[in-house]
Amino acid sequence: MATVCEVKEEHIIEVKNFSFTYAGADKPNLKKINMPIGKNAVTALIGPSGCGKTTLLRCFNRMHDLYPGNRYDGEILLDGKNILGKKEDLIALRTRVGMIFQKPTPFPMSIFDNVAYGLRLQGIKSKSELEGRVETALKDSALWNEVGDRLKNPASALSGGQQQRLCIARAIAVEPEVLLFDEPTSALDPISTQSIEELVLKLKDKVTIAIVTHNMQQAARISDYTAFMYMGDLIEMGVTEELFITPKEDMTEQYITGKFG
Amino acid sequence: MTRQDRRVLTDKIITALSFIASFIGIAALFWILGVLFYKGFTALNLHTFIYDMAPPGRAESGLRNALVGQLILVAGASLIGVPVGVLAGTYLSEYGGRNGKLAKLVRDISDIMMSTPSIVIGAFVYAIVVAPMGHFSGWAGIIALAIMMIPIVLRTTDDMLQLVPGSLREAAVALGAPKYKMIIQVVYRGAKSGLVTGILLSIARIAGETAPLLFTSFSNNFFSTDLNKPIASLTVTMFNYATSPYEDWIDMGWSAALILALFVLGANITARFLIRKKKGEK
Repeated sequence: MATVCEVKEEHIIEVKNFSFTYAGADKPNLKKINMPIGKNAVTALIGPSGCGKTTLLRCFNRMHDLYPGNRYDGEILLDGKNILGKKEDLIALRTRVGMIFQKPTPFPMSIFDNVAYGLRLQGIKSKSELEGRVETALKDSALWNEVGDRLKNPASALSGGQQQRLCIARAIAVEPEVLLFDEPTSALDPISTQSIEELVLKLKDKVTIAIVTHNMQQAARISDYTAFMYMGDLIEMGVTEELFITPKEDMTEQYITGKFG
Repeated sequence: MTRQDRRVLTDKIITALSFIASFIGIAALFWILGVLFYKGFTALNLHTFIYDMAPPGRAESGLRNALVGQLILVAGASLIGVPVGVLAGTYLSEYGGRNGKLAKLVRDISDIMMSTPSIVIGAFVYAIVVAPMGHFSGWAGIIALAIMMIPIVLRTTDDMLQLVPGSLREAAVALGAPKYKMIIQVVYRGAKSGLVTGILLSIARIAGETAPLLFTSFSNNFFSTDLNKPIASLTVTMFNYATSPYEDWIDMGWSAALILALFVLGANITARFLIRKKKGEK
C-alpha cells in the first residue's frame, strides 16, 4: 500500500482504485492507484522512465481514448464526478483539463490563431473578445512583451522556449480548471526552463497543476506535493519538502538519493 | 599495377560510367524538349487558340476545341478524383489505423491500381460506361481519368498526413477539438504543401494520358462542351494528327505536344517548388 499524505486543499481530482491497461497488454500498466490532487496546488509526478507517470497524467484528460483498446478501471473523480464513464463528454472534459506536452506543439498558423484556437472551438467569434482573451493569455504566460507586436507572424518562427509558453497561453486561454504538464521543459534550455517554472508557480493561483518531470530538482523547486511512482505503482505521495527530506518509504529514499532509476 | 592503383582505377571507371549514364538520361530529356520546341513552334500561332480543328489544308485551323475539351476532361476528373482521393487518404491516415487491416488492404490495392496500364482502365470504362450508353462521351473520359487519379491522390495524401507529427494531433484534441476539426484545421494545414503537391502531380499525370481517352471520350472535330457527346482532347488529337499523312496536321500535332508538355512541365515545376518550400520551413 502506498503512503499518501494528507492534502489540505480541496481535492479537485481524486484517483480511486484506479488501474489502466494499454491495448494488448496482459497486465495493468497502472495498478490500483489512490491519490488526491489539491486545488490550486502543484502536484509533481516523479519516477524512473516507464514507471507510468505520463500514463497516469494522460488519464486525467482521457488522452488515451485517441488510440483504441486502452482500458480504465476504478474511478477518477473531477469535482466529485467520475470522468471515466463511457458517456463522458470528452470535448467538455478537455476544455476543463488542459495539457502541455513534452515538445512544443505550435499549430501551423499565426501566433494569434494559435492562442485563439481553443476559444474559437468554444464558438467565440467576436473579434474584440478574441483579441482581449488572447492578450490576457499571452500576458499570463509572460509572452506578451515578446510577441505582442507580431501576432500575425507564424508561430513556428518563435524559439523553443517561446513556443512552449505559447502552448501554455493557448491552454490557459480557455480557462481550464486543471493544467497537465508532461515534462514541459525536457526539450528546453536552462533559461527557458526557468521561465516555464516561474510561470507554473504564477499560474497556480488560477489553476490546479499536475506536472510530470524526470528532474527531481524541478519537482522540489516548483511543487507542493510530490508523488513517486515505480513500475505502475504509486509508492509514496507527500508534501514535497517532506518527501525529499524524510521519505517514508525505502524505495522513495533509494530513488531520490540516486540509488536507482 | 599494385592493389592500390587498381582500386583507384576502378573508382575512376565507375565514376566515369555513372557520369555518362546520368548524362544520357538528361540528354534524352533535353533532346525531347528541344525537338518539341523546334517542331511545336512552327505551327503554333494565334490560330491554334482561336480556331477549331479543320480538314487539312485549311488556314483557319486550330486546336481550340481540343484545348477546351482537354481542360474540361482534366477539371472534371479532378473534381471527382481529388475529393475522393483526399478523403480516402484521410481515412487511411486518420481513421483506419496506420496498421489496420482494411487500411493495409486499401493501400495495397491502390498501389496495384497505380501500376495498372492506363489502356486497361480505358477498356474497363468502355465496358461499363461507353457500351451501355451506346456511344463515346465526355463523362466516360472523365471517369477513366478520375479512376487513374484516385490512387495517386490517395497514396500521397496518406503519406503526407502521416508526416504530420502525432503530438500536433494530441495538442489539438487536448484543447477540446473534435476529431474532424483537428484533421481539417491542424493536420491538413500542417500537410498543406504536401497535399497540393500530390494533387498537382496527379493532374500532371492524367493530363498526359491518351490510351484511356481513346476508348472513352474518343475525339470530336467540332467544338463541344456537351459531356454526353464525344469530346476532343489534346492527347487524342495529337495521336490522330501525328499519324495522319497531311503535313499541316502533323505540324499541328507537334503544337499539341508542345502545349501538353509545357502544361505537364509547369505542374511538375510548381510541385517541386512547393516541396522545396516545405523543406525550407523545417
